[in-house]
Amino acid sequence: MIEQHLLLKRVDFIFVQDTDWEKILQKSIQRPKQELINELISSELKGRGGAGFPTGLKWKLTSEVESDEKYVICNADEGEPGTFKDREILTRVPYKVLTAMAVCGFIVGAKNGIIYLRGEYKFLEKPLNEAINEFSYFCKKINLDFTVKIFMGSGAYICGEETALFESLEGKRGEPRNKPPYPSISGYRKKPTVINNVETLAHTYTIFKYGAKKFYDLGVQYSRGSKLFSISGDTPKPGIYELELGMSLSDFVDEFGDGDTKAVQVGGASGFLVPRKKFHETAIGYQGKLVGISLPTGGSMMLFNSSRSMYNLLDNYLEFFREESCGQCTPCRIGCQQLLAGIKAVKKGERPAPYLNKLLKLSETMQFTAKCGLGQSVANSFASIVENFREEMIY
Amino acid sequence: MSETIHITINGIAVEVEENTVILDAAKKVNVVIPTLCYHQDICVAGNCRVCLVEVTGQKRLAAACATPCEEGMDILTNSLKVRNCRKHIIELLLSEHNSDCTKCYKNGKCELQLLASEYKIMTQDFIELYKEKHHTIDNFSPSIVKDDSKCIRCQRCVRTCEELQGVNALAVAYKGHEMKISTFYEKSMNDVVCTNCGQCVNRCPTGALVEKNYIEEVWDAISNPDLHVVVQTAPAVRIGLGEELGYKVGTRVTGKMVAALKRLGFDAVLDTDFTADLTIMEEGSELLNRLKKVLVDKDTTVALPMATSCSPGWIKYIEHMYPEYLPNLSTCKSPQQMFGALLKTYYAKVRNIDPKKIVSVSVMPCTAKKFEAARPEMLGSGYRDVDYVLTTRELAIMIKQAGIDFVQLEEMEFDRLMGESTGAAVIFGVTGGVMEAALRTAYELVTGREIPFKNLVVQPIRGMEGVRMSSIKIENTLEAWRFLEGVELKFAIVHGLTNAKKAMDMIKTGTADFHFLEVMACPGGCLGGGGQPIPTNYEIRKKRAAAIYAEDMGKPIRKSHENPEVIKIYNDFLGKPLGELSHKLLHTTYQLRERT
Repeated sequence: MIEQHLLLKRVDFIFVQDTDWEKILQKSIQRPKQELINELISSELKGRGGAGFPTGLKWKLTSEVESDEKYVICNADEGEPGTFKDREILTRVPYKVLTAMAVCGFIVGAKNGIIYLRGEYKFLEKPLNEAINEFSYFCKKINLDFTVKIFMGSGAYICGEETALFESLEGKRGEPRNKPPYPSISGYRKKPTVINNVETLAHTYTIFKYGAKKFYDLGVQYSRGSKLFSISGDTPKPGIYELELGMSLSDFVDEFGDGDTKAVQVGGASGFLVPRKKFHETAIGYQGKLVGISLPTGGSMMLFNSSRSMYNLLDNYLEFFREESCGQCTPCRIGCQQLLAGIKAVKKGERPAPYLNKLLKLSETMQFTAKCGLGQSVANSFASIVENFREEMIY
Repeated sequence: MSETIHITINGIAVEVEENTVILDAAKKVNVVIPTLCYHQDICVAGNCRVCLVEVTGQKRLAAACATPCEEGMDILTNSLKVRNCRKHIIELLLSEHNSDCTKCYKNGKCELQLLASEYKIMTQDFIELYKEKHHTIDNFSPSIVKDDSKCIRCQRCVRTCEELQGVNALAVAYKGHEMKISTFYEKSMNDVVCTNCGQCVNRCPTGALVEKNYIEEVWDAISNPDLHVVVQTAPAVRIGLGEELGYKVGTRVTGKMVAALKRLGFDAVLDTDFTADLTIMEEGSELLNRLKKVLVDKDTTVALPMATSCSPGWIKYIEHMYPEYLPNLSTCKSPQQMFGALLKTYYAKVRNIDPKKIVSVSVMPCTAKKFEAARPEMLGSGYRDVDYVLTTRELAIMIKQAGIDFVQLEEMEFDRLMGESTGAAVIFGVTGGVMEAALRTAYELVTGREIPFKNLVVQPIRGMEGVRMSSIKIENTLEAWRFLEGVELKFAIVHGLTNAKKAMDMIKTGTADFHFLEVMACPGGCLGGGGQPIPTNYEIRKKRAAAIYAEDMGKPIRKSHENPEVIKIYNDFLGKPLGELSHKLLHTTYQLRERT
């Protein structure tokens, strides 16, 4: 057993309603910028969209670049299959996100904030705009030069990738850019840009309110704080839960499973499928010095019981990726097509079972060579499903 | 001051300037990294992933074309990981590509084929995807054939059309597995804003975009004893053709080209340069005429600046994009079309041949010329001016098919009667050349003196900058041109349609003060035309330009108005520039086109 794993612990920071946002904003912008950055760095908050880049460092880097035009962008293009937390944050506590954006703007020297809202969340546009109006009124009152606008996405999964999102914002096709340069130097309109997930911004609000320590004290090494989980699939209690990071998957399944959990998909279609035999050795958090496997996640947790076919699951994911790849780079565009066509061919007996090995090699190539995170992460679900449920792929 | 960065590539230490990409650093130590989507003329895309290299310590491979070197990088370009991944990428591209190589027009010249051959991709393990995609071939355009089944989505064409030409006829459509390069509403290339310039063809690594070839039609005509088949060759062909036939870039092969054309069986081998000289007479007169109307007659209906009209890509561009400025275009046909019209009238008369039996073939550095030849306006003689247009590349193919050992050929001269030309005509093939030729003649016509530049080289308007402007003051004019006394004649030269847009926007906003505008649709002018040998880049175009200028210097006559055949045709046939017959045969009209 792994001692470092935490027991499942529910916490409640993000959705707790408070009326302090005006105070917190006013207080924050009177603090030295460096102090705010240090606070964020010492909290060890990492990006909650899934990639896990240290948030404090991101803000610090952008603050250090000289430019009279900078941007703060809230990535609300929540498109990962099985994720539905950001819409809830924007519905219930939008002022936390807006406050965080303004503080970020104050720190890095940006006057403009943009919320890139997923096309399917059109229904959120109106209430969110009302919240923005109220927020802007207060900003004006305290002489804070910061405006926020909503930009509606058009439904492409790839636009959640930060540089594709910039292209989309600029009115172009949502295709990821070459990196470097990174957004902190050249982002939206080629200007220094902080781009954060909705939830990340909401956590910074918690940190500015209660201080870094309270956040840092939650979680384990390398995976500090709490995280929202979107729990779905074969579970008696689907929904959104804020949990401390670092729990073991067995505890998680004990709490949320239906007693017959066969596998859990951690991190959506671009994440990993963990089979029952590995629940006990898997922790949810960022990879660190924990014993065993540690899986990061944007918060999507899909549970599957024994009635589910893992072949169908993979088929479904691959169809999704084949469709949602932007299509520009070779490994992702053609690789996704080949993986899907390949497992179909094996299933139908048109290719021998060892062809799966060739496909595994291909998925590895995609991981090494694709231009952005989309193509790079297809291998996660592909390899974890094929390796753990090989017989289901063949028979 | 930019910093120096120290890296190693395959163990070899390299020093590079800050922001140098790995691809360029590798070149410094003679390490070749294969590329497909990369092209020197356009922005970096980094999407084919063929140029991936391993940076020690990094899990993911880096695209050499797009990744700047960082201090201390240890780069491997041929590690096992790189080889395996690169082979995978090529295999993937082949699985989506219609690999019927032996039946492909680009067979032997396809960059993907070359790469597959280098990496010895002998098997096709992956599932052939292109078969399920039901691609169609768009061959409705008289200039360009687009075959999506050959496309590898490198987007070179898209970037070319956008960055170099500002036309955006080609763009990326759909996403994921359906992603493809397409046109507005997926219309045919013939029905959209495409100017047929062929710059995409010049940069397409595969057979997805090629010129529509008329090789068999021309062979048929040559083989028919009842037909009199005449060929004309444009100025830029003679300095490009050698590249396809074993010569270094920038080699002049005029005499060998003429000899080869004769061996192919053409009944007469003539020179478009002859009508280039004639164009100067007509267009120069037209400009002076317009200036007179504006300066003396105060005629406000006359459009200035006047723009050149020899580049058919430019003509179609302005018809689509700035139709309100069509009156600014010179009404002169291009030299190709003037030649064709005279071939079936003047030439037919002098040589006593039934024009119905004359087949007019041209060899051009250009794909848009194919479209131009098919325009309904080009029937002034009662016949189609030009029947078939071949590109420089197609001519090279015919020479090879005919088994001609080009390098060993004895040089020959053009046939007479529309075969004589001057140095002024040769420089039509380079950006600024039409302007320079026009100045050599117009200045002398107006002042009675040679243009005041050493060796007639009007240096201020030469070069490769996209937009160039200059002026010349006209003083001590002859009596007939007194109205031009003291006038500072201003002119602008642009090449590449993105630059043409700049000039047109100056005109549109009223900030243009020039009288005469030369536009060539292609970068570098005709020498960088869509029908010229592949590859092309800045260095190649500069070498071709040098060859053209050398050809000019080597000519005994270097001013259009001194071409004896031009003098003779005015005496014997046309009468005078802008005369009635000129108007009928050598001038044309334009049409308004939609922006689709």
